[in-house]
Amino acid sequence: MITFTDVTKRYPDGTVAVDGLTLEVPAGSLTVFVGPSGCGKTTSMRMINRMVEPTAGTVTVDGRDVSTVDPVKLRLGIGYVIQSGGLMPHQRVIDNVACVPVLTGVSRRAARQAAYGLLERVGLDPKLGQRYPAQLSGGQQQRVGVARALAADPPILLMDEPFSAVDPVVREELQAEMLRLQSELHKTIVFVTHDIDEAVKLGDAVAVFGRGGGLQQYDAPARLLSNPANEFVSEFIGDDRGYRGLQFFTATGLELQPLSAVSEQEIDALELAPGDWRLICRDDGTPFGWINADGVQAHRDGNTLYDSVTAGGSLLHADGTLRTALDAALSSPSGIGVAVDDTGAVLGGVLADEVIEALDAQRRVAPAETD
Amino acid sequence: MNFLQQALAYIFTADNWAGNAGLGARILEHLQYTAVAVAVSALIAIPIGMIIGHTGRGAFLVVTAVNALRALPTLGVLLLGVLLWGLGLLPPTVALTLLGVPPLLAGTYAGIANVDPKIVDAATSMGMTNWQVLTRVEVPNAAPLILGGLRTATLQVVATATVAAYASLGGLGRYLIDGIKVRQFHIALVGALLVTVLALVLDGLLALVVRASVPGTGRWRRRIPQPLLDDEVAVDVGPQGRGPENRDPSVMREGW
Amino acid sequence: MHYLLTHLDNAWALTLIHLRLALIPIVLGLLIAVPLGSLVWRHTALRRFTTFTASIIFTIPSLALFVVLPLIIPTRILDEANVIVALTLYTAALLVRAVPEALDAVPGAVRDAAEAVGYTKLGQLLKIELPLSLPVLVAGLRVVAVTNISMVAVGSVIGIGGLGTWFTEGYQSDKSDQIVAGIIAIFVLAVLIDVAILLAGRLITPWARVRVT
Repeated sequence: MITFTDVTKRYPDGTVAVDGLTLEVPAGSLTVFVGPSGCGKTTSMRMINRMVEPTAGTVTVDGRDVSTVDPVKLRLGIGYVIQSGGLMPHQRVIDNVACVPVLTGVSRRAARQAAYGLLERVGLDPKLGQRYPAQLSGGQQQRVGVARALAADPPILLMDEPFSAVDPVVREELQAEMLRLQSELHKTIVFVTHDIDEAVKLGDAVAVFGRGGGLQQYDAPARLLSNPANEFVSEFIGDDRGYRGLQFFTATGLELQPLSAVSEQEIDALELAPGDWRLICRDDGTPFGWINADGVQAHRDGNTLYDSVTAGGSLLHADGTLRTALDAALSSPSGIGVAVDDTGAVLGGVLADEVIEALDAQRRVAPAETD
Repeated sequence: MNFLQQALAYIFTADNWAGNAGLGARILEHLQYTAVAVAVSALIAIPIGMIIGHTGRGAFLVVTAVNALRALPTLGVLLLGVLLWGLGLLPPTVALTLLGVPPLLAGTYAGIANVDPKIVDAATSMGMTNWQVLTRVEVPNAAPLILGGLRTATLQVVATATVAAYASLGGLGRYLIDGIKVRQFHIALVGALLVTVLALVLDGLLALVVRASVPGTGRWRRRIPQPLLDDEVAVDVGPQGRGPENRDPSVMREGW
Repeated sequence: MHYLLTHLDNAWALTLIHLRLALIPIVLGLLIAVPLGSLVWRHTALRRFTTFTASIIFTIPSLALFVVLPLIIPTRILDEANVIVALTLYTAALLVRAVPEALDAVPGAVRDAAEAVGYTKLGQLLKIELPLSLPVLVAGLRVVAVTNISMVAVGSVIGIGGLGTWFTEGYQSDKSDQIVAGIIAIFVLAVLIDVAILLAGRLITPWARVRVT
């Protein structure tokens, strides 16, 4: 557990980076510090491993004031991941990962052995261990950075915008990996980002910092979206927070409409009224697209299937949320979202009305949730 | 210490300054060899450095050639020159120019090549010709490094111009070499002291020139501690600087 | 050229003297400058003072230094020890400026990560900062080595040994081919040393050699 008690950081020229921060990070949770640049989120995190010393207030880790602990020992027991990886360019990847155990006295051979296992754990081919960091892609370097932080099995991980410098596709993969790892390891993680969506996606708890280093709100992500504490927070969260808040409601139990689909062969025989749509499915039951009266006519005239059919919207998967369900309905040309099972075969249709009803039902249960 | 006192006494004797072989004449000769050699070096090295720095082509070849030049022994070239061309300004100029070109070329190339490519790109996009980009953008930004190369070249040439005396040419080396030859060490010391002072003065002056050439307010810039993370610079401490319990209740919550 | 080929024994002997006088100061200079440079690296005032003092030292022309040094230390001008001490001072002065600059070239993010991960200050210096400063340092060493070889050659005008004696002898006896031989010999020597340091540098910095993806 990590606590901040009235912590302030003031620089000699007068700038205040952190202003009277009081907050408790529960053990085993992933807490995200989020805010615009200049808000003190990184400075606050770096006070945990004493890379920055507070000008006032106390930071404790597991009950002990960090200022009383030898900084080197402290840091050996805390994992640290930074944006650009911070890998040592002159050491091979495997030695980068094995770095902290070796510093704590583990034999180099044993440390390297363990490091190979860690590389696999973060989703990397162990063969990459023999390369130098410059030979890896950005996403791979980040994974190595995480492996290095995990190597000594520290109870605490500090992560400073670790996924900001990679492209969105890689970022999503890394975020998913992060969640998977955390579900296995249950470390106490402090994660800094400027991206509110990332914060809400990853965090068990989110702390929003404002300019000038003040804590604006510290809450579970769902409550953050539904009850922003002040104008700053709601502006920082941005538009569509109601819509984004839907991701915290599950779609299981959502009533699906029966959805009749036709195969390609049956198109020409269709008689559709204007405004009617029909779902086209492949032989294996996976959805292909939607067709309307114009499309049927086009197909009869000899156009290809591809040109006659309108692409469908997003799909609702088995583990989906109300957010994905609503999006499936909204993005569908027919207004009916398509729900699929694990194999991708069509299960039924989703109507926007049903989603809102399900939301209401879950909300009536919700007030029992704790802050 | 006796030698030192003798040397100082020699320097401070007015008589020793006058005449063709006097201290004054020797200093001027020394400065002359230096000035000519550095000027010629600059005339050769700076244009070449600008070209390869600006176009980025031929760099490897030129840099290798320059490093090879550094390996040529100045004394050997000088003495060979004298044997071939006789006494005069040509041998020391050739020899010392070979010495002065590498640092000037290195400085010019480094200066021009290290100008932020984004700036060059912006200038070109604005419609500047190659020449304009070179003279208005690259050179001003590269000035400190180019002048740094000039400083190094001058220092090396001043120091090595002493060898001209071996070939019966003038300069402060005269005192150094003659003094040792006739075993009057205080004379050698005179030469050593004067050439040192000359070197220090020239180097100091050029250091000031380098400093003054830094574009913008770089010259006397107060060192602002650069935080490693952009997070550490707080913009301002606004009314929302405190935690949730100090929220201003009059601030309207986002609409109902 | 002809002269060189017919006097190879002499050439070899002179080369050994020349190398001794030029390279021992480099080793000694490094031994002084690397610890000193690392120490003052992040202390601005100390660093400025050392840089300033070093600048003065290497502004002193080497010939002058050869002559002045016997006043301070118990050597005579033409003693090998005198030359070596003088060139060591020179080399150390050059390197004590180059070392902090080479250390400055280490990326800030890497130094930050090293500290955060749990290296001690000394550990950071020895295992991270100095190794990563090597490429810049080696580049500086190459220039220093070639310059030293040049300075030993220049020293022959006051009687210091080495390959430079071929210049003075050749000049005295009006033998231009001897001078040319000397030029070639020193040129080749300097290039060989330069390449040797370059290769040695490459050898100990394997990470700088890999092809980046």
